[in-house]
Amino acid sequence: MKRIFIREEFCINCRLCEVYCIVQNSKTRNILKAYKGEYPKPQPRVRVEEKGHLSFALQCRHCEDAPCLEACLTGAMGRDPSTDAVLCDEERCVGCWMCIMVCPFGVIRRNREGRRVISKCNLCQGEIIPVCVKNCPNEAIVYEEER
Amino acid sequence: MAKVKAIAEFVILRDKEKCISCQVCARVCSNDGHWRDPDTGEVLSESSRCVGCHFCETLCPTSALIIARTPSQPKANAHWSPRSLTDVTKQAETGGVLLTGMGNDRSFPIYFDHLLLNASQVTNPSIDPLREPMELRTYLGSRPDRWIRHPPQGPSALASVNPPPIPLETPIMFSAMSYGSISLNACKALAMAACEAGTLWNTGEGGLHQDLYPFGKNLIVQVASGRFGVHQEYLNAGAAIEIKIGQGAKPGIGGHLPGEKVTEPISKTRMIPEGTDALSPAPHHDIYSIEDLRQLIFALKEATRYRKPVGVKIAAVHNVAPISSGIVRAGADFLVIDGLRGGTGAAPTVIRDHVGIPIELAVAVVDQRLREEGIRHRASLIAAGGFRSSADVIKAIALGADAVYIGTAALVAMGCHICQRCYTGKCNWGIATQDPYLTKRLNPHIGARRLVNLLRAWSLEIKEMLGGMGINAIESLRGNREQLRAVGLSEVDLRILGVKPAGEAW
Repeated sequence: MKRIFIREEFCINCRLCEVYCIVQNSKTRNILKAYKGEYPKPQPRVRVEEKGHLSFALQCRHCEDAPCLEACLTGAMGRDPSTDAVLCDEERCVGCWMCIMVCPFGVIRRNREGRRVISKCNLCQGEIIPVCVKNCPNEAIVYEEER
Repeated sequence: MAKVKAIAEFVILRDKEKCISCQVCARVCSNDGHWRDPDTGEVLSESSRCVGCHFCETLCPTSALIIARTPSQPKANAHWSPRSLTDVTKQAETGGVLLTGMGNDRSFPIYFDHLLLNASQVTNPSIDPLREPMELRTYLGSRPDRWIRHPPQGPSALASVNPPPIPLETPIMFSAMSYGSISLNACKALAMAACEAGTLWNTGEGGLHQDLYPFGKNLIVQVASGRFGVHQEYLNAGAAIEIKIGQGAKPGIGGHLPGEKVTEPISKTRMIPEGTDALSPAPHHDIYSIEDLRQLIFALKEATRYRKPVGVKIAAVHNVAPISSGIVRAGADFLVIDGLRGGTGAAPTVIRDHVGIPIELAVAVVDQRLREEGIRHRASLIAAGGFRSSADVIKAIALGADAVYIGTAALVAMGCHICQRCYTGKCNWGIATQDPYLTKRLNPHIGARRLVNLLRAWSLEIKEMLGGMGINAIESLRGNREQLRAVGLSEVDLRILGVKPAGEAW
């Protein structure tokens, strides 16, 4: 299975990953419309963590042993059999935030764009390469087979 | 202190319609050219801080930024250019020597652009390099005066006592750029690319960082006037040794790496205390003649048990041909001539812009002189200084070089936009800097990939051009000036270049 790997030694903290994540998760998928025309503004599923000159882009790790899967009350959180990605079925999510509580990486957030559901990385379903990886100028995040 | 009166060189044009205030530009500019206004949330810019490196423009996701030369023009004056005005103003303000980076950018004639290549038609067949073998391999090092020795008694034997020459898969090498002037990531990129492409990279005079010892097979280690990082292990780490006498960007001038850049790993590599200025004297204090140079060449040969070629690098200056003759006679296995356009991490602007001679003329006269004296085989000739394309490379080889060094072109491949601010240590592209925020911007794997691509592309083009001439090996082109014709040059230029004018047959 392919995973997103972080190479923090090359992250330049430009946050283009966040920009392209916002566009990918917008209604129009157009960068100008996503930023200037959509309210509420789409939120990024990837965030750059920063301390001193160390920074790295962090998104859902799609853990093998994902605590959010067990914590989910309604079974909304599930694993996609084809990509092994951990995905949330927003129809079933009731917004209890248990997954947010148990996530060891803090990469699940409340969705502020509409309904009371959670917001997390879905590995850009439908794309061959997640947009954060595709648009990283320094290959500080890579999408590779697990070694 | 009074307000600065020099006019800003660039203007940052921000298209408000396109700007999404994502702050990518504000996060990446090392010169604080962009920032977010906390009151309005808008991203603003200050043109006077812009150095024209185009990093923000490259990263801007909506192409909202354009870095343009300032439209502000002083009154037109054929003698007092805006540049002269700015320089005088800056010096009136600072009282200092103006510094700059990279190579000479003035409008001196570029002889490469006056030389044209030959191609085969009817009377000799051209070669298709995609269908037939085409040899770009060349060898660096001295050739013996005689190949076979016939002793009075016993069988004949190979006469060579020369160090084995180094094979180059393509006649393009990476020129000396020290760890200190460029970042470790940039050195790694060059090292990895040289190993992959089968060519050589060069430490410059910054010593060899521990992490780079595995790339020694494709390395030329440099010994310069500062002798930084020179020890037994270092001398034996590479494939060859280069004594640096001069540099094209600053002939006759030493080097100065400011103490702020001498971080802990650099101080270890250079074997100097942390935070102290690394000063390379203008001359080698033990070399005041060809005889002294011979001593150093043979000292280095002794240190490496005569197993590694030892070369000498000089800047192209007026007396370059006789000096080269002396260097070859002093025992150098290869000779590097660095021309007027050669780059640097820092040099006084006036030196960079006005000292030295063009590499085209220097290569031609050196090759001619060494041939006339019958010692051309004793040393390989490497041309350096401002090679912009495969055409420049092939023309230099036709003028007499064995191989060329590329420095600026390699940096451009890694991202450099030649803003000439290397000396500030704030390189946004992560090349000429030691700032940990900036050095990580150059991912050595990306850099190496781009360098290998560049070498591959140029090599393919060289093969195409060679094939067109009906030549199937780069060594057959070396010094083959019949393959060149000149346009728009004077009789004197033609004589010095040893090239016929366009239109004149063989």
